[in-house]
Amino acid sequence: MNIVVCLKQVPGTTDVRIDPETNTLRRQGIKNIINPFDAYALEEGVRLKERYGGKVTAISMGPPQAEEMLREAISCGADEAILLSDAAFAGADTLATSYTLSQAMRKLGEYDLVICGRQTIDGDTGQVGPELAEWLDVPFIAYVSKVEEINGDLMRVERMVEDGHEIVEMSLPGIITVVKEINVPRLPSLRGMARSRKAEIPVWTAGDLGVDEGMVGLSGSATTVVRIFFPERIHDGEMLEGDPESQVDALLEKLREARIA
Amino acid sequence: MDYGLSEEQKTLKSLARRIAEERILPVRVELDETEEFPRSIMKDLADSDMFRIFIPEEYDGLGGGCLDLCLVIEELSRVCSGVTVCYAATALGASALLEFGSEEQRQKYLPDIAAGKKLTAFGLTESTAGSDVAGIKTTAEKVPEGYVLNGTKQFITNGGEAELYTIIALTNKSKGPRGASAFVVEKDTPGFTFGKKEKKMGIRTSPTRELVFRNCLVPEENLIGREGMGFIMTMRILDRSRPGIGAQAVGIAQGALEAAVDYTAQRIQFGKPIISLPVVQQKIAEMATQVEAARLLVYATARTIDGGARSYTEETSMAKVFASDVAMKVTTEAVQVCGGAGYMRDYPLEKMMRDAKITQIYEGSNEILRGNIAVAVRKRKARRE
Ligand SMILES: Cc1cc2nc3c(=O)[nH]c(=O)nc-3n(C[C@@H](O)[C@H](O)[C@H](O)COP(=O)(O)OP(=O)(O)OC[C@H]3O[C@@H](n4cnc5c(N)ncnc54)[C@H](O)[C@@H]3O)c2cc1C
Ligand SMILES: Cc1cc2nc3c(=O)[nH]c(=O)nc-3n(C[C@H](O)[C@H](O)[C@H](O)COP(=O)(O)OP(=O)(O)OC[C@H]3O[C@@H](n4cnc5c(N)ncnc54)[C@H](O)[C@@H]3O)c2cc1C
Repeated sequence: MNIVVCLKQVPGTTDVRIDPETNTLRRQGIKNIINPFDAYALEEGVRLKERYGGKVTAISMGPPQAEEMLREAISCGADEAILLSDAAFAGADTLATSYTLSQAMRKLGEYDLVICGRQTIDGDTGQVGPELAEWLDVPFIAYVSKVEEINGDLMRVERMVEDGHEIVEMSLPGIITVVKEINVPRLPSLRGMARSRKAEIPVWTAGDLGVDEGMVGLSGSATTVVRIFFPERIHDGEMLEGDPESQVDALLEKLREARIA
Repeated sequence: MDYGLSEEQKTLKSLARRIAEERILPVRVELDETEEFPRSIMKDLADSDMFRIFIPEEYDGLGGGCLDLCLVIEELSRVCSGVTVCYAATALGASALLEFGSEEQRQKYLPDIAAGKKLTAFGLTESTAGSDVAGIKTTAEKVPEGYVLNGTKQFITNGGEAELYTIIALTNKSKGPRGASAFVVEKDTPGFTFGKKEKKMGIRTSPTRELVFRNCLVPEENLIGREGMGFIMTMRILDRSRPGIGAQAVGIAQGALEAAVDYTAQRIQFGKPIISLPVVQQKIAEMATQVEAARLLVYATARTIDGGARSYTEETSMAKVFASDVAMKVTTEAVQVCGGAGYMRDYPLEKMMRDAKITQIYEGSNEILRGNIAVAVRKRKARRE
């Protein structure tokens, strides 16, 4: 089975700061990590490979430093990795991102299953997986929490829905996005780390993908970020001091003043 | 301190630390209380190739040396030596096959051990044979189909959980110590069952159990090495594995030192953190120095083995004795500087103190090993070295 896993490098913090002057993310001093949901996607890919044979290819669109994350993916069980990197890809929204990824899948040729995370912790849209399925015109299942079995070109999975689980089947090739309930990602292995140090990670540019530059990066984006801002603080919270009893008294007093109690 | 570790060794050490902190730390209290076997952590260690370290490359291993294994044992023990023992006992149980096994035996067993699919155990001790290993009574009688084992081993680490057991048994009672031989016995061999599981003071997640052999037939090809070599192999194997106990002790002591520093730095008495009290500082300084000295002795001993030395009973005995005494001293002092909190199960120190004790007892009690050292020193003097 040919499995492709889509990985995005994200800032390793949920405490995202925005530079007020440039309206961009402050990335200095923040270590980049693999998007946490993508670690589950990778682990599931590796487990399916161990179960059914085949290989796992990790793929990411991002700046050159995303190569480091792809090496970690190899040390955690991916067989190969490809980085999609080009100045032309910069500023991509989900549409341009998914288009670029889809072109990479076409260049890769044969694949049976593409696994994505349910969403990222920075962009947070959860759109790339489903959009990718549209570009490639293949079936798609979101929020997969368990792969029950793959039989020939039929895959049966359990997916999380609001009030429980659904068992769904789809034909392959297809795409799934996974939730964190699906597995516990393994740590790197020593052999994997040795392999990852030596691995060649090809970098595919816009030219390599043969894409229309108008469809990738900022120019291929259907959305524009007009402004990024923190919600303005209208009221400052107040911390009550003292032992629990006096805090409760003070709180009641305030509520009475505000005519809530 | 510069330990002169290679890049690979640093990587190995940091990966072992990551496993310890991410996978072992969250469950160590529960494992200590339930005394359950840490199966899923063994899987994590296997996934990360930790069982490959002590297996040669020809058998799917990574061909690491004694120091590599010590680094892993130390890092894991810094968090929980109970879990570590389940891992380290597999290195011990595999060593007879590794060093004395035939090519067929190695091909058959080592790749599965390297992959972490099969854990192993080493069965020597019996109720009549502790320090005095020559007191074993388990017999292996030669029959046309192989050997028939009868007897009971006690206090065997990984008993019941391991798939492969290296068993020392008498093939010729009349020859005394020259009449012992080593066998590899697979779990589920008819006539091989498990007896009492011990309830212990420390390393409680590590199972210590009786192995019972009642007319247990093992095929001839399961004899390791030659008949009569059992004790010679055993001594060789224990000499080699002893730095591992030293590393275990260093890890425990390091963990205790760190926990003591953390606690005393935040515990306020008389208006300031108690770590600023001269008495506490003296103790911490003493503990830190002892840990460092023990670590260096263990590393130097491991390097002596890796360098191809032919005999090292004296060195490995020193490393084990010194490091285990340090672990006991440091954990006891660490509990002391943390006062009542140190004594409570909500803090890690009382467990570390309980866990430390075993390092002075097994794989040769410290008294027996001091005897070894004295004999070796005397021999060296006689040889005018
Ligand atoms: C502060 C900020 C604001 C943004 N605002 C917008 C906006 O308004 N509109 C908009 O369309 N986009 C916006 N983007 C996002 C855009 O650039 C996304 O980062 C990118 O398109 C991927 O979308 P996502 O992060 O939401 O991924 P999701 O759709 O949440 O990701 C789902 C999965 O798709 C895969 N995946 C996602 N990105 C990649 C990648 N680069 N390489 C490989 N696999 C990947 C991963 O498996 C991931 O788990 C914003 C990003 C940031 C950081
Ligand atoms: C948790 C645990 C795990 C173990 N795992 C294994 C295992 O996996 N495989 C295995 O084969 N064994 C194992 N053992 C057994 C262990 O190696 C023995 O317990 C150890 O060698 C001591 O033997 P003993 O308990 O019979 O003590 P004894 O030999 O009865 O000794 C009691 C005391 O007398 C002292 N003593 C005895 N003889 C002398 C002497 N000649 N000079 C000075 N002092 C002496 C000892 O130092 C000790 O202090 C394990 C034991 C424990 C507790």
